[in-house]
Amino acid sequence: MNPLAIIGRVFLDFLVAIGRVTVFTFHGLRHIFAPPFYLRLLIKQMMSIGYFSLPVVGLTALFTGMVLALQIFIGAGRFNAESAVASIVVLGITRELGPVLGGLMVAGRVASAMAAEIGTMRVTEQIDALTTLSTNPFKYLVAPRLLAATLTLPALVLVADIIGVMGGYLIATHKLGFNAGSYMKNTIDFLETIDVVSGLVKAAVFGFVIALMGCYHGFHSKGGAQGVGKATTDAVVSASILILVTNYFVTELFFSGK
Amino acid sequence: MSDDPNKIVLRDVHKRFGKKVVLDGLTLEVPRGKSLVVIGGSGTGKSVMLKCVLGLIRPDSGEILIDGQDSMKFNADQREQALRKFGMLFQGSALFDSLKVWENVAFGLIQGRNMPRKEAKDIALDKMGQVGLGPEVGELSPSELSGGMQKRVALARAIAAEPEIIFFDEPTTGLDPIMADVINDLIKSCVQKLGATTLSITHDMSSARKIADYVAMIYKGKIIWHGTAAQVDNSGNAYVDQFIHGRAEGPIKMEVLKP
Repeated sequence: MNPLAIIGRVFLDFLVAIGRVTVFTFHGLRHIFAPPFYLRLLIKQMMSIGYFSLPVVGLTALFTGMVLALQIFIGAGRFNAESAVASIVVLGITRELGPVLGGLMVAGRVASAMAAEIGTMRVTEQIDALTTLSTNPFKYLVAPRLLAATLTLPALVLVADIIGVMGGYLIATHKLGFNAGSYMKNTIDFLETIDVVSGLVKAAVFGFVIALMGCYHGFHSKGGAQGVGKATTDAVVSASILILVTNYFVTELFFSGK
Repeated sequence: MSDDPNKIVLRDVHKRFGKKVVLDGLTLEVPRGKSLVVIGGSGTGKSVMLKCVLGLIRPDSGEILIDGQDSMKFNADQREQALRKFGMLFQGSALFDSLKVWENVAFGLIQGRNMPRKEAKDIALDKMGQVGLGPEVGELSPSELSGGMQKRVALARAIAAEPEIIFFDEPTTGLDPIMADVINDLIKSCVQKLGATTLSITHDMSSARKIADYVAMIYKGKIIWHGTAAQVDNSGNAYVDQFIHGRAEGPIKMEVLKP
């Protein structure tokens, strides 16, 4: 086959995929705001996404905060700037590492679960059954997941921020010899509202992206168990990449020119 | 109510997926209050035909009338209203495995018609009783049931909202002959009780003979024969004869790769 034709085919497929995801996103958003609302499903999804992700996100944040304190102490020591550990840990965690690592961990846990569940429903005709039972699958399956993930991720990341900062504090005070009171004072003095808010906005965007990719790939899965497996992998990979891409643009939005 | 003697009419319906033509000018009439069974081999377009009527798949061209109204011109609200007339038993039952059995049966009442859960549960348990399932089964999850019991639950779900039209997609596939006959009897009694119009697709001839008032045969996306259930054994159509007797030799050539 002509190499130019291959490039053209790949490019066209990419454009088709963007178009499909865009239409899917608009459908999902429309059904979030239009009744009927499935409150019971929303709460169930919030529990599944938020509460049950807490251990993995908490552990990630704890060890990230601990490692961050160690690395900054070693790195800053080369410039006699060890006192910067507290401020760099808190800024690093709240602005970047809390939302991004939390988002990636949730993408691995939640996007895969959503794609697998909805994908299995697709290949076993359960989604068709929903339609024949006068229930819109978008409203019943997609909208509660999108809304739940968008609302829950900021809360999850806020907890992760606190745990991450505490991880840094533990290492700084117990291993690196920092004074507990002055470490906490440095942490609070250097922290600005925008650091936390930008992280929480990122978390909301990541939550939406994770649920969108989980639902989209599940909804369009086909071909039995193999198709569901592929949908699951695609959901995690695309959600992870989109988290990293949107992270740049949200950061640019908040901090460009500052 | 429409004066049309036919509840559902398909006229010259075409559907292709890529290069594969699945429905090739299919025309079919389903008489009001009667049971029509469409027989045909695998891959002849039976399931696609049902999904076109339900609006799950959009045909490329043709006309599908439900109570005299062209369903291809329905907007979202009209389609939702039209779907309230339908119940469907899926080939693999398609029960929601995240819900209990009674919630599956009551699903259309609770989510589709906003009925209170208590009232919907009472109706669900009543319908389960009609298909021979006790209330204790209602608290189980679908994965705890045998294939035959899952079909019964799916049948109870299909009739729960007392629909005017019921579709049966291979209702006896995967069941042993005795359980298949039990399901056929249940379909017959439930449908008679409701007075519903039914459209079934199957390749199980004993099932077709039992539940059909009329039989039609689909081959390569077209209806090639139709008549009453009594006429099927003397159809005078070589395709129908080959199919109902399950002969390898005849005008229907299976696409089998020879070694």
